[in-house]
Amino acid sequence: MKHLRSIAEIGADAVLRILDLTDHMVEVNQRPNPKVPALRGRTVCNLFFEDSTRTRLSFETAAKRLSADVMTFTVKDSSVNKGESLRDTIETIAAMGVDAFVIRHKSSGVPWQVSNWTTASIVNGGDGWHAHPTQALIDAYTVRHALGRTGGLDGVRVAIVGDIRHSRVARSNIEVFTALGADVTLVAPPTLLPPTPLAPSTADLDSVIGDIDVLYLLRMQTERIHDAVIPSIREYSTRFALTPERARRLGDHVLVMHPGPMNRGVEIMVDPAEIPGAMITKQVANGVAVRMAVLFDLLASSDALLAGVGVDGEASA
Amino acid sequence: MTRSKSSITVITGGRIVDQNGERDGDVVIDGDQIVSARENFSVPENASVLDARGCIVAPGFVDLHTHLREPGREDAETIETGSRAAALGGYTAVVAMPNTDPAADTRDVVEFVRAQGERAGLCDVFPSGCITIGRRGELLAPYGELVGAGVRLFTDDGNGVQDPLLMRRAMEYSRGLDMVLAQHCEVAALTKGAVMHEGHCCSELGLPGWPSIAEELMVHRDIELARLTSARIHLLHVSTAGSVELVRRAKADGLPVTAEAAPHHISLTDEQLRGYDPVFKVNPPLRTRVDIEAIIGGLVDGTIDAIATDHAPHPADHKERPLDDAPPGMVGLETALGVCLSILTDAGMSIADVVAAFSWKPAAIAGVGDTHGGPIEAGTAANLVVFDPDATWQVAPATLASRSHNTPYVGRDLRGRARHTVLRGTPTVIDGVAQR
Repeated sequence: MKHLRSIAEIGADAVLRILDLTDHMVEVNQRPNPKVPALRGRTVCNLFFEDSTRTRLSFETAAKRLSADVMTFTVKDSSVNKGESLRDTIETIAAMGVDAFVIRHKSSGVPWQVSNWTTASIVNGGDGWHAHPTQALIDAYTVRHALGRTGGLDGVRVAIVGDIRHSRVARSNIEVFTALGADVTLVAPPTLLPPTPLAPSTADLDSVIGDIDVLYLLRMQTERIHDAVIPSIREYSTRFALTPERARRLGDHVLVMHPGPMNRGVEIMVDPAEIPGAMITKQVANGVAVRMAVLFDLLASSDALLAGVGVDGEASA
Repeated sequence: MTRSKSSITVITGGRIVDQNGERDGDVVIDGDQIVSARENFSVPENASVLDARGCIVAPGFVDLHTHLREPGREDAETIETGSRAAALGGYTAVVAMPNTDPAADTRDVVEFVRAQGERAGLCDVFPSGCITIGRRGELLAPYGELVGAGVRLFTDDGNGVQDPLLMRRAMEYSRGLDMVLAQHCEVAALTKGAVMHEGHCCSELGLPGWPSIAEELMVHRDIELARLTSARIHLLHVSTAGSVELVRRAKADGLPVTAEAAPHHISLTDEQLRGYDPVFKVNPPLRTRVDIEAIIGGLVDGTIDAIATDHAPHPADHKERPLDDAPPGMVGLETALGVCLSILTDAGMSIADVVAAFSWKPAAIAGVGDTHGGPIEAGTAANLVVFDPDATWQVAPATLASRSHNTPYVGRDLRGRARHTVLRGTPTVIDGVAQR
């Protein structure tokens, strides 16, 4: 795999390979010294044009546990604010010797543009409304692990609820769950669906709540009411939030997920600690291991990939 | 070609195509006029000769929709570089869009554009004027003054006139003046932030959509306002199947409406955006196969009158911005014929029908039919193109005469290419090489 820009682009086989690799990385992370020499001498540059402390820290930690060198640029202290073009920024940093860029940008498609300007691998850390493939891999891994599965997710019923239209998490999760054989249903007011729904959709959360294995809640940005896509947050919550009543109907077996940060009182009106199937902290915990697997897959030599070298041995330093 | 001091130029061995049909013949030019067009002309010893064997000899092409960027954005294009691109594409006349800086809403700007065109001497540059002052959609531009300066086509291109009352007044006021109002049909409230066609592709790509209805609502509004006011209107770069049908019905009702379509709207779809390359961002956006078929159908049955390039040069660094921030537009003058010819002949149009859409029909819409668009016969102005309909070629961006290289056709086989272009008797292009 050269880049991880979207789930659609890498396909189901690569997804399964990364999920399997993640099992190894989870094991590494449980060691007393959770650091391996797999990517020693490789340089990973985190390039965040949009602020995201959680995702950035998760990638930094993943790279460091694999012994890669890490550079981090955020837009507020780069020369982008002095009028430097995206291309000049990339070419300048690439000239310092970078093996992979992790890029987050407010505009959809930037990872594709950047890959025209550098030979480095590109990891999409979130682009506009479009894709957030590492989040999707984290979510797929979390579901697979929680259900005790080893292969795909055939027959697993997933409902993704909320602002699908503006959500890169939703797009990547539709792709990853569909690729793994799950049945995805989108639940949203029609104004928050994309012009062409990317999966079967409904505006009635209560009609699906008894027939699902995974309830995936998206963050509802309260500013959206100014775009006249919903009448009010109160009405949104009434129709689409996880209320105590709906939580009871879910039962114990349904996994409840959220990419964070949660809007309590908007899309979730119960304390996740009181939901038996809540996966929200597990999603965060799996983030580092999944991102280690992604960086390893992109940057480790093919010999190391075949032999598992560098993941099995501890770092000598 | 052999050049000499003689003012006689003969275009030999070609097939003449104009509004009187197709025939073999040599075209003899003396000074700036055609003096004869018949078979087997014996070429005088000191005449200049342009070899047209295997080629079509046609009235020079007329582009209704060219952004020359001067004054204001000379880093993207100048009137000289754009005129050279036009000549190489077979054009002898272009209508320069008024979205310059300053905008073409005064006699001064219009006269400057015309003078720069004359200085370049590569094609006739006909300035258009704004519908509203500064293209801001608030106050009418001085049509009378601008018509007096020779302007015939008025548009706020880049912006549609949003206010229906203002557009009604523009139509009413235009009556009795020798002018046409050309609308960029886009209801802006429906396209806020839009990057590409609204459909399946934009849903997957996570990009804000530009829905077809945003064009069709304004097409419908302006057709009905034209019905009300009897104003003469022209619809720019029609891009949707629905718009084609609205124009078809308006014409069936006998309304004074004409329409144009751009080469990219009959050759490229929104699928091109999958690589997120801003070179494929254009306004109105690339749409679907269904729309392409409808527009081609409109050209075949005459609903769409003309091919117009919407030549829109942008510097490379602007087209390297993120897709939502990059300016829309593509260069098109040098590739228009090569893109369109096989598409339109495959759809059943004759070469003469295609030339009509490139030459005399747009010449009539632009109000320049007295000097452009033929016919090829004694006494008409020698504005001509000689093109090889079978030349197969690929565009190399770096060799484009346009100052900007934002062509979407890299790697695509094009068929049909201008070989010679003649402007008022003087060759501006000979064997594919610009003469100045």
